[in-house]
Amino acid sequence: MLATAQTAGAVGTGTQGAAKGKSITLAGSVSIVLEFFQFAINNILFQRGVYPPEAFGNVRKYNLSLLTTTDDGLKAYLDQIFGQLQAWIAAKSIKKLVMVISSKTTGEVLERWQFDVNLDSSVANIPVAKASLSKASAAAVAADQGEPTKTEKEIQAEIAAIMRQITASVSFLPMLNDPCTFNILVYTDKDAEVPATWVDSDPRMIARNAEQVRLRSFNTTVHHVEGLVAYRLDQDAC
Amino acid sequence: MESATATFSRIKEPVEKPKPLDADELAYQAKMAQACGVAIDQRILAFNVEPPTIERHDLRTTWSRMHRPNTKIARRRIPTVPEKVLDAPGLVDDFYLNLLDWSSRNILAIALDRTVYIWNADTGSVQEFCSTAEDDLVTSLQWTLDGSYLAVGTANGDAQIWDVDSASKVRTMRGRNSRVGVLSWDRHIVSSGARDGSIWHHDVRVANHKVAELLGHSSEICGLKWRPDGQMLASGGNDNLVNIWDVRSTTPRFTKSEHMAAVKAIAWCPWQLNLLATGGGTADRTVHFWNTTTAGKVTSVNTGSQVTSIVWSREYKEFLTSHGFPDNQLAIWSYPSLRKVADLPGHDSRVLHTALSPDGQTVASTASDENLKFWKVFESRKAKGALAGAGATGISADDLADGPLAKSYARMTIR
Repeated sequence: MLATAQTAGAVGTGTQGAAKGKSITLAGSVSIVLEFFQFAINNILFQRGVYPPEAFGNVRKYNLSLLTTTDDGLKAYLDQIFGQLQAWIAAKSIKKLVMVISSKTTGEVLERWQFDVNLDSSVANIPVAKASLSKASAAAVAADQGEPTKTEKEIQAEIAAIMRQITASVSFLPMLNDPCTFNILVYTDKDAEVPATWVDSDPRMIARNAEQVRLRSFNTTVHHVEGLVAYRLDQDAC
Repeated sequence: MESATATFSRIKEPVEKPKPLDADELAYQAKMAQACGVAIDQRILAFNVEPPTIERHDLRTTWSRMHRPNTKIARRRIPTVPEKVLDAPGLVDDFYLNLLDWSSRNILAIALDRTVYIWNADTGSVQEFCSTAEDDLVTSLQWTLDGSYLAVGTANGDAQIWDVDSASKVRTMRGRNSRVGVLSWDRHIVSSGARDGSIWHHDVRVANHKVAELLGHSSEICGLKWRPDGQMLASGGNDNLVNIWDVRSTTPRFTKSEHMAAVKAIAWCPWQLNLLATGGGTADRTVHFWNTTTAGKVTSVNTGSQVTSIVWSREYKEFLTSHGFPDNQLAIWSYPSLRKVADLPGHDSRVLHTALSPDGQTVASTASDENLKFWKVFESRKAKGALAGAGATGISADDLADGPLAKSYARMTIR
């Protein structure tokens, strides 16, 4: 979890940079969102049993005890994804991140964790290069427009609430009896830079008996992230 | 990665924007997209790499598999010393002969030099049964299924049929000019394998006894076994081949060349009709298992020593192999796990022949150290229980042993 340490630093500088207004820069917000995705995906992988419990270890984060993977293969795989995610979030081209859990045998989509990433309208209009490079300008923008500012603590508390919700979702989500696998989908702008490892995909919606539960959201004042979990309701169960 | 991205965008470009659209067209496109539920201003991308899978060891299966054989070993005690030892002076030390057989009437026949001796396992009496001419040698013998006749093959190429009750020769079937190393009965047919590599089917009921000749080996036949249902014959020779013959044909159905030495040890599995075990000689040391329906090799095991014979157990899912250098032992293996259950050392030189008693519990083995040893390796679970229950039920081990025999008599019909 080297990345988390760095991102925490980034948030710090972000808040420091705008010490007066306590607002967060785009770069700092990107780190917060990315870090959230990292912990959320690891948490879901553990809670939903996509990987065996032996592949996870405890980490203290958001004032919670969370589980992240200790398996090298899985770590490397996720790092590839997060590397690209960071680029997309920074480039403001990401709209949604979807984690699809599907059956290994039938390939049927059983669960769909969706995180909508909404950019604050004031930040959205600033050209990418300018916004991400000069903290001062971003802070200036925030200050100029007299936005509601938030402390890092408040944001962390919001994220912690979502994490708790993901953990608690085990109680209402149907059992995954089959061995499962997961895929990451990303909704981007049509002109986003796409590396060769990413390909166009269908939305991979749940085919039948879908139910959905909206999760809490968090707001960094730059990014507004909303969670939603859709799942297939087992017919025999009800 | 860079170049891949470049190619990707180059291909994508003309599709995405063929030419600047005017306002009407744009509006139309937006309308259409909305109607179809497609968002034209976004793309859905998936990370196109398989997520890694983590091997998950199911502890239940791991542990139960480890545990099961242990309990079995605890329950089953295999005596590692022979139950009885008899002298077999003058036993010809020749790997290619088959000089020991145990009949369903519980009579053991062994050929020592020119003479066949029979030993009655019930009474323990030994009888000199028959002898060949001065210049001849007994090279093979085989009881009929009901145990009333003994076929004897000689070095001169004769196949003789002897009646056990009257101890007299019924007939001699001539015609060969090389020694008959192995014999196998299927009802009224006795098949003989000879040094010249030919297999003959002799119909013992008719004067013109030779009914078929199977030519599939280029060297001496030393292993020959009919399948219990008489539909297939397996043969092994000094040319390292295993041939599997269909009863209706005189060309081999399958020829197997996996062995790297002479194949003497051949045995059909008693509980799975199409399973055949074959073992190779000194240079090979391997037992192969064949599915004779599909001709596929099921599995194989390297025994570490020359395989001179294979005996399947009827009581357990196990088989016994006999070996030569270096340990001259008998080995018991479980099937299909191919785990060695026990090693029975006891012979001073290579074990040449083995035979299973009619009750399936005892194996007789003879080696070039001129000993005939009896090993109670497949002790019946039922008989054990009956003996433990003493005479209360009035069932003796012999009665129980008669069960499968009676069945085999019933199946013995002459077409």
